[in-house]
Amino acid sequence: MCVSIPAKVIALHGDMAEVSVSGNTFRAGIQLLDDVREGDYVLLHAGFAIQKIDPGEAEETLKMFREMNQDGE
Amino acid sequence: MDELIMMAHGSGGKKMHELIRNLFVKYFRNPFLESGGDAAVVPPEPGHIAFTTDSYVVDPLFFPGGDIGKLAVSGTINDLAVSGAAPRYISAGFIIEEGFPVKDLESVVRSMAGTAKQAGVQIVAGDTKVVNKGKCDRLFVNTSGVGIISEKHTHIATADHVKAGDQVIISGYVGDHGMAVLSQREGFPVKTGLKSDCTPLNDLIGKVLERFDHVHFMRDPTRGGVATALCELAEGRQFGVLIKEPAIPVREEVMGLSEMFGFDPLYVPCEGRVLIVADQSVSQGILHTLHGHPDGENAAVIGEITTGNWGKVVLETIAGGRRIIHMLTGEQLPRIC
Amino acid sequence: MKYISEYRDRQVIDRLAGQIASFRDTKAVFMEVCGTHTMSIHRFDIPSLLPAGLRLLSGPGCPVCVTPVGYMDHAIALARQGKHIIATFGDLVRVPGSTSTLEKARAEGADVRTVYSITEALELARTHPGRKVIFLAIGFETTAPATAAGVLQAQKEQLRNFCILSAHKVMPPALEMLASEGVKIDGYLCPGHVSVITGEEIYRFIPRKYGVGCVIAGFEPADILLAILLLLKQVTDGKPRVENAYKRAVRKEGNPKAREMMESVFRPVDTEWRGLGMVKKSGLVLREEFASMDAAGQIRVMVEPPVEPQGCICGQILKGIAAPSDCPLFGKMCHPGNPVGACMVSSEGTCQNAFKFQSDG
Repeated sequence: MCVSIPAKVIALHGDMAEVSVSGNTFRAGIQLLDDVREGDYVLLHAGFAIQKIDPGEAEETLKMFREMNQDGE
Repeated sequence: MDELIMMAHGSGGKKMHELIRNLFVKYFRNPFLESGGDAAVVPPEPGHIAFTTDSYVVDPLFFPGGDIGKLAVSGTINDLAVSGAAPRYISAGFIIEEGFPVKDLESVVRSMAGTAKQAGVQIVAGDTKVVNKGKCDRLFVNTSGVGIISEKHTHIATADHVKAGDQVIISGYVGDHGMAVLSQREGFPVKTGLKSDCTPLNDLIGKVLERFDHVHFMRDPTRGGVATALCELAEGRQFGVLIKEPAIPVREEVMGLSEMFGFDPLYVPCEGRVLIVADQSVSQGILHTLHGHPDGENAAVIGEITTGNWGKVVLETIAGGRRIIHMLTGEQLPRIC
Repeated sequence: MKYISEYRDRQVIDRLAGQIASFRDTKAVFMEVCGTHTMSIHRFDIPSLLPAGLRLLSGPGCPVCVTPVGYMDHAIALARQGKHIIATFGDLVRVPGSTSTLEKARAEGADVRTVYSITEALELARTHPGRKVIFLAIGFETTAPATAAGVLQAQKEQLRNFCILSAHKVMPPALEMLASEGVKIDGYLCPGHVSVITGEEIYRFIPRKYGVGCVIAGFEPADILLAILLLLKQVTDGKPRVENAYKRAVRKEGNPKAREMMESVFRPVDTEWRGLGMVKKSGLVLREEFASMDAAGQIRVMVEPPVEPQGCICGQILKGIAAPSDCPLFGKMCHPGNPVGACMVSSEGTCQNAFKFQSDG
């Protein structure tokens, strides 16, 4: 229902952030978030950052994938 | 010269002659054009004649990696080259909106001349029309082209030799042109470093045909992209096409824009890429030849012709599933859901 | 692409598919509520990686599909007045109204512009002070906060020529209706990007009241497979609950700031969902203090009486009661080049996905 992809914050200008998606830059609204910082990854939807990506949680999930074996438990 | 194109530049009078002399003849310069006849008279050559035409209405007229002029010359050269022809002569028709800056027209003409020269093709005939403000969008260009096909390459355009086991090769990254042009449209919210891949491919294709027999089909995946070109190849045939998603070269920037706007890069146009279908015995050799050419450095084998799935194009996804690819229906629109 | 490529890794996908394969004796039907899930599932051909006893059904989570034909008629009528600029997401351009589309209206001379964000619509209003710019506001909780931010911005700048036509909807009332009336489902793949805003809370009633499990899922193949795996475990454990398989993006509490902004601008009203009918308190309209920006209240226009396409069964498809192949129009009169119903026109629609991404199975 909603296309949204991760983007990296490269600069902040008040209510707007310059974000990068694979080297393409875009000015996104950050009114929906508190405490956005340069270097954060945010989820971009319809021109707005709607959430920050949690790098710790992302790593946890990937760790779980790595520890999983292919034939069930 | 005047600063802006006026109705008088298309009236057949003095201004038109000035424009032809100071712009078209000056840049396109060759004996066929300079003879000034109503038709270019060119010498005969052995082989079949390939003849094609295309019109160019790209917006914006100038974009990273090219402009409407380079695109118009490359596009027609490529239509000839992928048919197995050696491009020889091109005509150029201009429909210009009154008020169009002469210096922009000069840039376009210069770019056409440079591209033709690079490709070893001569622009031998031309036409100019000026229309009232609002009757066209700044500048439209039509090019037609003539090339020569040797007997042994006449099967390429018809795809009659394509058979199961043949390999499908793309000469480089997919979707650069479409995304580069889109990113320059007025109001498009993204800045990108992407450049159009627009370039004449006759040198690259010539090298492949010179070194290898058993090239069974070629197509430049322009409008509708790689997906549509392959669907057109398979349609109504007694073979299928299987392509492998992980093998398709897509630049990070193109992937990023595609994910962002919900586009599929397989449908995004290229203007400097060629799809080659060739016998398995020569596919690695062709790949090697492509890799040795600046326009083919990122070439890859992306799939093969199959005995099953007659008339269909099947994509093996990055997840290992398989789905059928259809032709594009309508232009892709940026979407949020 | 960071946070995407890792979840498309073939090794990871194979491992997850291997784990799922160990449930080969489990029979279950899961519904992906969200249209973007439907699209991902087809795009990567996830069903081919699943055991035969497991079936995925598509739900009503495509905002375009559930937008009633009357809304499109209203938007088209406004476009046809000729004087306004209609700013719309690309999603709506080809959606059929009763007798036309925005695309056709544009061909007839209406000024219809495709935008990616309400921010661009605001810019159109700034640069065209003499004309009204009408932004077609569609979407669920994911998108409504962005519209709210845009409306607040317009208010701040006193952009008097900017207004919106809202078709925003919220999920919980529709989920409630689906859980109580729809087909028997053994688990829900819950919409990841709606959950980014709402958090986990809105799904709690489903396991509690209906004994059906819910897993919040991301949109990459590994995300979807992980969610399916967790649902399968819930089914075999017999312990339905709400789990989050998209933790890098979805916090338990969602995004409270975005919700506050949305609630400060919109109020809930009963609204029609295509296929589901009237759903109580599921629509969002502008609050009284923003009435001047409400195109529905501010601009008088004659809207033709809505005509539902004959023979189209989008409604049943949206509830999971029927499959696209059950529809007499599917693939014949109705295809992506000539969509009859909303499920065929939207790139997220169940029918378009069934048509476009037929599995080579």
